[in-house]
Amino acid sequence: MATDITEESSLGEINKYDFVTPTTAVFKAEKGINAEIVAQISEMKNEPGWMRDFRLEAFKIFESKPMPKWGGDISLDFQDIYYYLKPTNEQGKTWDDVPQEIKDTFDKLGIPEAEKKYLAGVKAQFESEVVYGSLQEDLGNKGVIFTDTDTAVREHPELLREYFGKIIPSTDNKFAALNSAVWSGGSFIYVPPGVKIDFPLQAYFRINAEQMGQFERTLIIVDEGAEVHYVEGCTAPMYTTESLHSAVVEVMVKKNGRCRYTTIQNWANNIYNLVTKRAMAYENALMEWVDGNLGSHLTMKYPAVYMMEPGARGEILSIAFSSTGQHQDAGAKVVHCAPNTKSRIISKSISKNGGRSSYRGLCKVEDGATGCKSNVVCDALILDSESRSDTYPYIEVEEQDVQIEHEASVSRIGEEQLFYLMSRGLTEAEASSMIVSGFIEPLIKELPMEYAVEMNRLIELQMEGSVG
Amino acid sequence: MSETLKITDLHVAIEGKLILRGVNLTINRGEIHALMGPNGSGKSTLGNAIMGHPSYEVTGGAIELNGENVLEWDATGRSRAGIFMAFQRPMAIPGVKMADFLRHATTNVRNPERKEGEELIPMRQFRKELTEKMDQLRMDTEFARRYVNDGFSGGEMKRAEILQLAMLRPKFAILDETDSGLDVDAVKLASESIAEIGGEQMGILIITHHDKLLERNTPDFTHVMLGGKLVETGGVELARELYTDGYDRIRTSYPEAAAAEEAMTEVEAV
Ligand SMILES: Nc1ncnc2c1ncn2[C@@H]1O[C@H](COP(=O)(O)OP(=O)(O)OP(=O)(O)O)[C@@H](O)[C@H]1O
Ligand SMILES: [Mg+2]
Repeated sequence: MATDITEESSLGEINKYDFVTPTTAVFKAEKGINAEIVAQISEMKNEPGWMRDFRLEAFKIFESKPMPKWGGDISLDFQDIYYYLKPTNEQGKTWDDVPQEIKDTFDKLGIPEAEKKYLAGVKAQFESEVVYGSLQEDLGNKGVIFTDTDTAVREHPELLREYFGKIIPSTDNKFAALNSAVWSGGSFIYVPPGVKIDFPLQAYFRINAEQMGQFERTLIIVDEGAEVHYVEGCTAPMYTTESLHSAVVEVMVKKNGRCRYTTIQNWANNIYNLVTKRAMAYENALMEWVDGNLGSHLTMKYPAVYMMEPGARGEILSIAFSSTGQHQDAGAKVVHCAPNTKSRIISKSISKNGGRSSYRGLCKVEDGATGCKSNVVCDALILDSESRSDTYPYIEVEEQDVQIEHEASVSRIGEEQLFYLMSRGLTEAEASSMIVSGFIEPLIKELPMEYAVEMNRLIELQMEGSVG
Repeated sequence: MSETLKITDLHVAIEGKLILRGVNLTINRGEIHALMGPNGSGKSTLGNAIMGHPSYEVTGGAIELNGENVLEWDATGRSRAGIFMAFQRPMAIPGVKMADFLRHATTNVRNPERKEGEELIPMRQFRKELTEKMDQLRMDTEFARRYVNDGFSGGEMKRAEILQLAMLRPKFAILDETDSGLDVDAVKLASESIAEIGGEQMGILIITHHDKLLERNTPDFTHVMLGGKLVETGGVELARELYTDGYDRIRTSYPEAAAAEEAMTEVEAV
């Protein structure tokens, strides 16, 4: 069977990178975290000393930091989690091990066979390797670097030492510190000055990389006048056996550069998804975060844009959908550090069957950042009386000459709207599904075509209640 | 046998307040009925109750379609059975394009057995038909890409309702003040379309305060509603009388209904 071939070759792939060493098997059985484990992770990855030191330092910070006081209830036992279990664990994983309900969802979403295996954590696909190869060559000719972050540490130390952990220092918050100590996988992208990549780069094509991990670390550097659109994640429910996902994403957009980072994540119901995402935008640069969050037990994610120099712009579009047992605490953060910078936040949340969505946003204007504009719109749609939505907007302005607009709305699906659609032959379920898709339409429009289609389909499935 | 929508002794309450107090009305397919009456007399309430609006509680009486009990169906069921209402104030559905909405609606009404998620009518066929109908109503095709009733002008909303009527081709249609808000040319167009769609195909109940729609769609019957009851039924001459002379004669002739009307409006004033 095809799966068997896949298995073997993925093993080969791993061996090539020295991921499997005799000690790993022993190590992997160990749960919990301490300085020794952190050092071992670094050692197993054959990392240079500076990265090992960075990890150890971060671990100290992690230990000293309190849990965040905002957001949702986090009841996690840090000693009950595996922090590095990739290679050996995955050897045993085949398509047959993937739960039927996940497979069914893939079918409903119409996800291609090859992609399904990738998403379910079954490694390697030859189909896309071909695509990946030619893509990589094309990008390479332009001087673009697109690889996984582990490889980047080995192959591009100068870039890594300059930027890694500089946009989000380990001291930022407890989970950023944790990620800094134990990170594995994630993407590294460098786009040289003036290079414009006119198709979205997708994590999916990044073969050889580690699987969508628990503690991914992504770093994107867009040099002057360069452009890139990076897409990560997928609308299919992410299958993982672990309960904590805590990624860090750092983005640097230099003068006149543009970066758009699109994420759609749909986690299983037991997952804590605690992510720190931050971008710095320099003179006349544009940073856009497009963020879709579904599933998970608790998601806390507030993509941020720091506008460092005049004319920088930040845009953050987010959608959150929460259902039974789920709390989406999502939002956005814009910090105006220089004059004439502009930001826009559009956030839409949908709560259903007892789900809870919160919008938590910060708009900050520093002293001297004159002529700034910020526009925030957050709309919540609540589908029934068991569900809940809250808005926590924080505005800190230290400058007079600024223009800040904030609009928030909370609405319940209207009986009148339902009746109108039903009087045209739509069932009640179709009608609410249509109202919901209309509600998020302004954001869906911003997604790449195939993601928009998947996202719509996913929302329909959520509305039918047949997904997670 | 001709198809019939039959309303017997219908009582309807909104939020516990009785609005319709025994309405009797029989519409056969192919007939045009005009329904007139002062503001607040219960005309829209009758329409909404027939269409199955959940806030309009039927506290007594019956609605039957060819002998079947309409009251057992929700709005979806009624629509799929061939009942349609063009609303006095249609709802906006932001973010949902007219074309997508209409494609779902048309598919469902034409294949009443359709389950959620099953195929929609083919895009090409649908587009062709929609464009034809929009041309007839002199609507810009751009309109199909706009969000349902969102930011529509009063007249655009009414045209959109007629477009839906044209696409859904129901057996029975209630047109609730579809003429109000339309300019002179648009009323004419609307009248023509209704006549064209209607003919022998449809039983129509036209709720109106004006004569324009009725010129081209001569009513076979005119009913007058007062205080939640149909107090008088006549032919086209009754409609003419009412939109020229008003309701004074009716109020005098039916003091009991006039008293009910007064009571209804009084409660409201409180
Ligand atoms: N959804 C509702 N909620 C509360 N009261 C309502 C509702 N719909 C109708 N009513 C009340 O019922 C009565 C009849 O209203 P209806 O809309 O049926 O009148 P109408 O004959 O259509 O009037 P018009 O000519 O002004 O359209 C009025 O007193 C009105 O205020
Ligand atoms: Mg009315």
